[in-house]
Amino acid sequence: MNALLKLLKSNARLTTSELAVMLDRDEKTVAEQIRELETKGVIKGYTAVINNELTEDEVVTAFIELKVTPQAQSGFDNIAKTVSSYEEVEACWLMSGSYDLGITISGTNLRDISQFVAQRLAPIDGVLSTATHFVLKRYKDNSIIITEEEIDERGFVSP
Amino acid sequence: MMDYEKIVAKAAREMKPSGIRKFFDIAQTLEGVISLGVGEPDFQTPWKIRQAAIMTLEKGKTTYTSNRGLQDLCKEISVYLEETVRTSYDPNSEIIVTVGGSEGIDASIRAMVEPGDEVLIVEPSFVCYAPLVSLSGGIPVTIEAKAENGFKVTAEEVKEKITDKTKMLILPYPNNPTGAVMRKDDLEKIAEVIRKTNIVIVSDEIYSELTYGEKHYSIVQCEGMKERTILINGFSKGFAMTGWRLGFLAGPKEIVSHILKIHQYAIMCSPTTSQYAAVEGLRHCRDEVAKMVQEYDIRRRFVANGFNKLGLDCIMPDGAFYVFPSIKSTGLSSKDFCEKLVYSQKVAVVPGDAFGACGEGYIRVSYAYSLNHLKEALYRIEKFLEELKNSSH
Repeated sequence: MNALLKLLKSNARLTTSELAVMLDRDEKTVAEQIRELETKGVIKGYTAVINNELTEDEVVTAFIELKVTPQAQSGFDNIAKTVSSYEEVEACWLMSGSYDLGITISGTNLRDISQFVAQRLAPIDGVLSTATHFVLKRYKDNSIIITEEEIDERGFVSP
Repeated sequence: MMDYEKIVAKAAREMKPSGIRKFFDIAQTLEGVISLGVGEPDFQTPWKIRQAAIMTLEKGKTTYTSNRGLQDLCKEISVYLEETVRTSYDPNSEIIVTVGGSEGIDASIRAMVEPGDEVLIVEPSFVCYAPLVSLSGGIPVTIEAKAENGFKVTAEEVKEKITDKTKMLILPYPNNPTGAVMRKDDLEKIAEVIRKTNIVIVSDEIYSELTYGEKHYSIVQCEGMKERTILINGFSKGFAMTGWRLGFLAGPKEIVSHILKIHQYAIMCSPTTSQYAAVEGLRHCRDEVAKMVQEYDIRRRFVANGFNKLGLDCIMPDGAFYVFPSIKSTGLSSKDFCEKLVYSQKVAVVPGDAFGACGEGYIRVSYAYSLNHLKEALYRIEKFLEELKNSSH
């Protein structure tokens, strides 16, 4: 991965001037490079990684395995696009192995999610079966440790 | 009743505890302190190295090695030195695997320094040289590296301090705490002065892997210097292996054979598990080291630039993982600055004078931390400087 992408992936809030210093490029160049990555669609967006345990929102997340009959011509694409178009769906992948589509969705409670699976996902033409796994606790997400501060074993000061 | 005064040797009694230690104690009593004070990598030892160590443990390879060190490791070190500093060392007579760079420094000083010998020590530098010289009855003679020379020591400064009692020059580059690096030209000039003398050099190159821009150059590469230099290096900084306690020294066998006796009686051999791990490190992990260097390089620019923006002048260092900004503009001493900073904004940095009197007016800041950590620390330091300004009105 190029150095600029790597830095943005680690912290998308680094400013253009900070990035310029770190990469030893001038600010204008970095701004242009970011713009190019965005317009080309290499960078698809920026997001915050939120620890919901500390917000007032009730959030329940589930991972759903979907078995699907591939369609002539489009294969899995059409079904995947339909699934992806639902606002509740946070991620949708085509998987190798024992099921076809892997989906993560979030809702405010278990009922939300079971309703979504029963009423929106299962009825889609070509969906053969679903298996829903609820997330009990998030330890790490987007390469960031969620549960607690990492302790620096090195202490404060050493020669 | 024991009369401990009579029991403890004078040299030990007179040894001062490291200035770093005292600061550590303060930081530990406070809550929510974030630190820029640590002198070791934040990276974990590359997995391949750890795995190699685990494998040897599983196989039960836990006996002593030969005094000098594992044959395979000595050979790999020899190859490594050939590649990195273009100098040949015989693995069977010119290399010793030591317990970190520290033991190499200690054993070298003990093997050569006698009462009354003067030892030239470039400062600011790592804290162990002068106490160890004194322990052997030697006289530490400080050479102050100056900020206007980028904390490099000059040939003139060395020449000025040479007397007929001078036995040794300790050359600590890439430097902790300043991050200064001596390049080929700088070293050639030092070599020119030393060549005409019978002075031995102890070149502490523990940060040799961590240079930015140009690759490390060693004084042993200058003509006539290999025969009068003990090169100290190790795995702690470059390979992120501080806790493994493994280093090595290389030098002319006429000296190394005597250092080996001290090593043998004091240590027996360096930790076996660590030695096997280091073999793997040298054979297969050089690219991982390069990745860490890239990461440090990004942080180096960020931190040096950050301090300059805050009005604390900071030279962009070429090596190690420290910056050494001047805090003279605040009018505070290094100690006061660091104490106020840790109490007020809870950021721990090390006062520059812990590395020699000429470090007064500076602080040592380690960037062996994640970018987010560095960002937060710089933010707090900015707030601290604002406080200082407001309180002086």
